[in-house]
Amino acid sequence: MIRARGLEKRYGESRGLRGVDFELLRNGFLVVTGPNGSGKTTLLRLCVGLAAPTSGELAVEVERGRIGYLGHEPLVYRELTALENLDLYGRLYRVPERRERIGMLLERFDLWDARHARVGAYSRGMLQRLALCRTFLHDPALIVLDEPYDGLDDAGASLLDRELADRRIDAAFLVATHEPERLDPHTTARLSLA
Amino acid sequence: MIRYLADVRALARKDLTLELRARDTLPAMLLFVLSTLVVFHFVLPAHASSLAAKGLLWVAIVFTALLGLSRAFAAEREQGMIDGLVLAPSDRSAIWVGKATAMLAFLVLAEIVALPAFALFFSGIDARTVGAVALADVGLCSVGTLLAAMATASRARELLLPLLFLPLAIPIVVGGVGASVSAHAAKYAGLLALYDVVFALLAWASFEYVVTE
Repeated sequence: MIRARGLEKRYGESRGLRGVDFELLRNGFLVVTGPNGSGKTTLLRLCVGLAAPTSGELAVEVERGRIGYLGHEPLVYRELTALENLDLYGRLYRVPERRERIGMLLERFDLWDARHARVGAYSRGMLQRLALCRTFLHDPALIVLDEPYDGLDDAGASLLDRELADRRIDAAFLVATHEPERLDPHTTARLSLA
Repeated sequence: MIRYLADVRALARKDLTLELRARDTLPAMLLFVLSTLVVFHFVLPAHASSLAAKGLLWVAIVFTALLGLSRAFAAEREQGMIDGLVLAPSDRSAIWVGKATAMLAFLVLAEIVALPAFALFFSGIDARTVGAVALADVGLCSVGTLLAAMATASRARELLLPLLFLPLAIPIVVGGVGASVSAHAAKYAGLLALYDVVFALLAWASFEYVVTE
């Protein structure tokens, strides 16, 4: 699903990512690890098309609308409610049976009762759960997650564990994390960035 | 095409809802345009010609638009939202059309207050001035929204936007003033319409390259 050869990204004089090779197979689960500044986030942004590589080859065999991306920012508007944010994404991604699907995800991530509250009033953990709802809303075939457990309490982390297990068969995963052990049951390959 | 328009509608509605909740662009535009007209009222000598007053109206409109445009991508910049919009499978130019439509709505609302205020402080407003303002609004919002998106990516965005926008607004001021006061108003209105079409097409076609790395 993703194939990279000698992938490199430079920001002016500094090197964001140095010559990376990897392959993510359909239904694969690739965990990316490495210290801060090693280029994990850069690699993920390259794979979803938010940045262009400076050199090397990158082939992503999935169209933009089938990618689900969770970054450092939740990518939701603080002045809108959870329902309004997901409705906007649902329209842009042309999600069939949008309202039912949004309701189902909000319930699954325990945000149903807060659905009419403005997202600006959410805690960090609630924001991360809403960001996960946004990521999974359109049933992506390629799921790219950057530190998905960040900000989640034990209950939230368990919800994410369950979601990953449910989606494991139908999607390919590319996950950057400082807690690779947590993802061991799913992991098919690891990529360690220096 | 229907899907494209649905995307534009969803994006424009989002911007209008955000403004309705946050109220940080339109009130500032209203206050600015009224204050500017009051200042101009006292700056202009008594019995000054109505031609000079019309010129000042255009200065007020251009700078009010600039003020609104400086906030156009504030939510996207502060919350990293542009990534979320760019990742969506919809045509990226729909982001520009939606944003430009919302900016146009804010500018028109500001002018609904500003034009009667101008009539009160200076001279009456005729239909051809209103028509010229309407034509100019389209150009200001088309070009301005593209430039606001470009400036958003820069650290010096507060400096960059006026530096890019004001030179490109000169033809609008020339056309607007001409259409308001000249004996050949139709010719200047034609210039404004041509500007609108050419720059709207350029902005529509180039927006994708502005928001992607």
